[in-house]
Amino acid sequence: MNSVGEACTDMKHEYDQRFNCWFAENFLWGDGSGNLCTDLFKHHQQCVQEAIKGKEIPIEGLEFMGHNKHKPENSS
Amino acid sequence: MVKYFLGQSVLRSSWDQVFAAFWQRYPNPYSKHVLTEDIVHREVTPDQKLLSRRLLTKTNRMPRWAERLFPANVAHSVYILEDSIVDPQNQTMTTFTWNINHARLMVVEERCVYYVNSDNSGWTEIRREAWVSSSLFGVSRAVQEFGLARFKSNVTKTMKGFEYILAKLQGEAPSKTLVETAKEAKEKAKETALAATEKAKDLANKAATKKQQQQQQFV
Repeated sequence: MNSVGEACTDMKHEYDQRFNCWFAENFLWGDGSGNLCTDLFKHHQQCVQEAIKGKEIPIEGLEFMGHNKHKPENSS
Repeated sequence: MVKYFLGQSVLRSSWDQVFAAFWQRYPNPYSKHVLTEDIVHREVTPDQKLLSRRLLTKTNRMPRWAERLFPANVAHSVYILEDSIVDPQNQTMTTFTWNINHARLMVVEERCVYYVNSDNSGWTEIRREAWVSSSLFGVSRAVQEFGLARFKSNVTKTMKGFEYILAKLQGEAPSKTLVETAKEAKEKAKETALAATEKAKDLANKAATKKQQQQQQFV
């Protein structure tokens, strides 16, 4: 799968591979440490953010999860 | 006015397999319309939940009548954000997905909750809700409001005109001069139309900015 920034695609694949491994083997079974603060992730993020700026994709200031805009009928 | 969708699906795989597959589902034979995929934010919370924001680019496929009506939208892909919370302790995942461009034309929001099937712990349920809205509804309301207001102002002119000509035919001296009466009616009609246009503009603006405001609130 391609990245939005053409130059970031290889980095993305590498990051995805490492993440998927960590996610399935560690995170899902209670070990949430590590992995996310790696240099690989940082470099990938930098590359993607540049591509986003270049294409003027409007992702700034958008609340996570839409800030619960649509409350579920049965709130838990 | 929003179109609402509610659906329930089941995947005959365990929750951990489904959650892992969630990050690996692109590309697949059914995702030719998905052009790019990137994680733009990710963190693990102190209570061990994974928060992620994924940016997707998708093709903008519209029927031909829509392409003719909205030619400016044809050339641009759709940018979509998918926010998710994976909670391995409770074995649930929640996602919220929506488009961040083409928003003036239409906004589609989807909220999913993934959880273990209550009858079969080896299966995963998905409860899916969606809301489809368009600010074009606000525009059509504004057009209607304006049309009604202008009609009412014309009715005032019609009745004034009738009264005037009836008085004239019945030989009554008009209470004001010809010029003053006509001028007064015209001024009143102008005021009504202006107030109506302002209201209609306000409605249209409210409809257009409401969606923008909702999507641009700061934490």
